[in-house]
Formats: sequence, structure tokens, C-alpha cells
Amino acid sequence: MTGHTATLRQPRNRRTDAAGPPAWLKVGAPVSVGVVGLVAWILYVDVLGAAPRMLPSPVAIAEEFVLRFGIIAEDMGVTALNALLGLVVGSLTAIALAGLAASVRSIDGMLAPLIAAIAVVPIVAVTPILNTMFGASSQFGRQAVAAIAAFIPVFVNVLRGLRQTRAVQRDLFRSSAATGTQTFRFLTLPTALPYLMTGLRIAASLAVISALVAEYFGGPADGVGTAIATYAKSGRASLAWAYVFGGILIGLVFFLVTSLLERLATRRPTP
Amino acid sequence: MSNPVGDPVESIAVSAVGVGKVFPTEKGDVIALTDVDLEVAAGEFVSLIGPSGCGKSTLLRLIADLDGASSGTLEIFGKPAHRARLDQDYGIAFQQAGLLPWRTVGANIALPLELHRMPRADRDARVAELVELVGLTDFVERYPDQLSGGMQQRVAIARALASRPKLLLMDEPFGALDEMTRERLQAELARIAAETGAAVVFVTHSIPEAVFLSDRVVVMSPRPGRITDVITTGLGRDRTEALRESPAYFERVTAVREALHGTPVERANER
Repeated sequence: MTGHTATLRQPRNRRTDAAGPPAWLKVGAPVSVGVVGLVAWILYVDVLGAAPRMLPSPVAIAEEFVLRFGIIAEDMGVTALNALLGLVVGSLTAIALAGLAASVRSIDGMLAPLIAAIAVVPIVAVTPILNTMFGASSQFGRQAVAAIAAFIPVFVNVLRGLRQTRAVQRDLFRSSAATGTQTFRFLTLPTALPYLMTGLRIAASLAVISALVAEYFGGPADGVGTAIATYAKSGRASLAWAYVFGGILIGLVFFLVTSLLERLATRRPTP
Repeated sequence: MSNPVGDPVESIAVSAVGVGKVFPTEKGDVIALTDVDLEVAAGEFVSLIGPSGCGKSTLLRLIADLDGASSGTLEIFGKPAHRARLDQDYGIAFQQAGLLPWRTVGANIALPLELHRMPRADRDARVAELVELVGLTDFVERYPDQLSGGMQQRVAIARALASRPKLLLMDEPFGALDEMTRERLQAELARIAAETGAAVVFVTHSIPEAVFLSDRVVVMSPRPGRITDVITTGLGRDRTEALRESPAYFERVTAVREALHGTPVERANER
């Protein structure tokens, strides 16, 4: 009769008690979903032969990806660099402005409506203007779009993070005669850090998407987005899809790296 | 300010003369505290008790220099409150423990020492003493969210004692705890205060708590916040659980209750 004793005990460690699925299932479940999907895809395209012309077999896409890896990697490099530059510049600007807004009330008041305006504008929509502004041979328009897209989530999260210190903690630092720098270093910054990392993780995906989609609206004839548009129009379905796969890889790398950073920041430091 | 014999300045922990505090608001000034005269001797345990709005917490915050007095003079060990705060003459604990969640118990206790650049080895030795004092030796490496409310409050008390202050300021430190934990911590605090020889100014709204702990109970009244009565308990240094059953204790509890209500009251049914 374990139920009887269990009611007497306080459920203190409910969080740790809640055991997830076994390890083999954690890995096995998504892998089997992927395999079933691939098999269905191959059946639909290769065996039934019922697929539309623009949906080639995954085997054909993989072949094209391996065969043309040289040019695909080159275009991936262009798009990834645009996204990375946008992410770095956008995030740094966001951190600096959020720091200003958190410390000076009037600056916060000035920035708030501007941020709200930028946040609701579909940034990609201004790409043709930027491309024309900075010339068709410049990557700057694309990088600027990625930077603006990355700016918003970082700014919003950092500003929120900088305001999470509690009154009792601030009183405590004051009563310990801590200097402003010490309070920032030992209290404000560690409190805000997880928020910054969450902002960066969201911004990373947005930067990649924006940099890629921006290529559809002109600019230099390179990059993953440009290639997808070109080969889709000329009917080279397998190559277009191979580029889509390349775009997924970029997004995945950005997401994984920033997720790792986020986990490092929220992990408890070992003393 | 050298004083060869007796050093009378050093024997007075807190000296308030005509202290008042006014908070300006849009609807006019709010008098939080008016004309407070109070002297706390070194090593003395003084409780401030009264209904909400009587200014007991405000008085504590003035002593801690977390707010500035509007009038009167306030001296801590013969120095202005501001100087005493910078010199770390007091330690403070609030109703909320206010621990930093990313620091272990040991690192939280060491925080004031770290802020004052005490060498690592000295810091570790002091933390070891303090966790011993508050009975948390086995929990040094734990994080605050792994502790019960009572244990967190003990960490806060240990942190307040870190710089060996001769004055301990406490703002309802046991206010959020259950009755049993509360009584246990009261007994522990009485022991710690006796062991360290520090003066204590203790804000509470519990009559039994004030009587059990204090040499003197300062009774305050709201609108405007002021001291209406001071009751000497005369219960001696020995504050053990047996005291809670003694007639002298009940008599003092009744005296404080009558002082709070302004008139003699029937033997109340509350404890």
C-alpha cells in the first residue's frame, strides 16, 4: 500500500520526480518520424510517380546537394555572413540602447514608440528600398535588414532583464555600501544575462530568415535565397531544394549555437 | 574622537533625537514619522512594534541610511547614519531573504565580504564560521531555491553578520514563516545575538515575538508615526523555550498589548 504513505509525505521534489520518457525513446521517436516521412516521400515521388514536377525525390535532392556542394557552400557562406553581421551589429546596438533606456527614464520614453513602430513593420518589406539605396552590388541592404530584425528581440529582452532586480536586493547592495559598478556587476548584469541569451536565440533565427528572404528583393546575384529563386524559375527543382536544405543548415547552426550559449548562461555556475 | 575611559560614544549603538520623516506626494506631504527619540545601547535587543503605517519600518530604513531623515539627528555608534553605512557598522535582514539565485549559500553569505574585497581565504574561513553559527554547514554548496523559507532566512541572517557588525537591523525577518519555524528561529536569533554581542533593532508586528526576544519593546502608533511607549521586559539573557511558559513572559505580553491598544484589555484569547 504505497498510496497510503505517499499521502502523508509532502511532495517536495515533484520536479525531479517527474521522470521523462526513457532515453532510447527520446532519440528514437523523432528519428522514426523522420524515417517514416522520408519513406512516404520516396513512395509518393519515385514509386507512385504522382508528385508534381517541382517536388523531386529526396534522393535526387541529396545527390544534387553533394554534386553541387561547391557552389551551394559558397552561397551559404554569403547568406550566413550577412546574417551573422546583422545579428552582431543589431544585438550590440540593442544592448547599448537597452542599457541607456534602463538607466535614463527620458531615453526610454523617447525610444519606446520607435521600438513599437519598428517591431510592427515587416522589415523585409523595406528591403527593395534599402537595396536601391545602397546599390545593387552591395550586400549592405541585406545585412541592414538582418540587423533590424535581430535588434528588436534583443532590445526588448535585455531591457526587461535589466529591470528584474528586486527592491530587497537593491536595498541589500546599498546597505552593503556597494558602488554603482559593483551593483551592476554583481546584481544587474547576472540578472539580465539569461534574458539577453533568450533574446539572442530568437534574434539568431530571425537574422537568418531576414537575410535569406531579403535576397528575393534584389541586390547582388549570390546567396541562398537568390539561388532558390533562380533555380525555381528555371525549373531545376532538385537544385532549388538542395539550396533550401542549405538554408535550413544555416538556420540550424545559428539556432544551436545560440541555444548552447543560453544554456551556459542559465546553468548554475560551479563554485 | 578619542575617548580613553569607558568610551561612552561606543556604548551607544543607535541614538535618535527628534527624528522625523516626511514623504512628499502629489496629494501633499505624508508624515511617516515624527519626533522620534530613541537610544539603543550596545548589545541591547530592541523591538519596534506597532500597526501598519506606524513608521517602524521607516525608522529602520532611516537607521540603515536606505532613506534619509527629514529632521532631527540620527547617529550610529556616534557617526552619522550615512558614514555608518559606508563603514559597514550594521548588518541588515529583511522579510524577504533577497538571496541571489545564481549563487550558492556560501557565496551568498560571502557577498558583502566580496564587495569589500576581503581575500578569498579569509572569506572562506568566515563563511565556515557563519554557516556553523546558523546551522547550515551541510548546505554551503546548495542554491537558494533548494532551501526552505526558514533556511533561506538563516542564510540572510548569516549574510547580515558577515562583516561582524556590532548592530543588526531586522525588518520582520520571520514575517513570512510558519509559526513553528518562526519560534525555532526566534530562539536561534536570541542565541546568536547573545553570542555575537551585537545590538539588534528588530521590527515586528507580533507581540509574543517582540517580548520573547527583546530587552525593550518600543511601541509605536500611526498617523503620524511616533513612539507611544517603551516597555522594558527585564526577562534576562536566557531566552529559551521555557521562557514562553513563564508568568513573567505572559505579564510582559499583556503589558505590550495594553500599550498597543492604549487601554487595559481583557485577558485576550490570542496568544
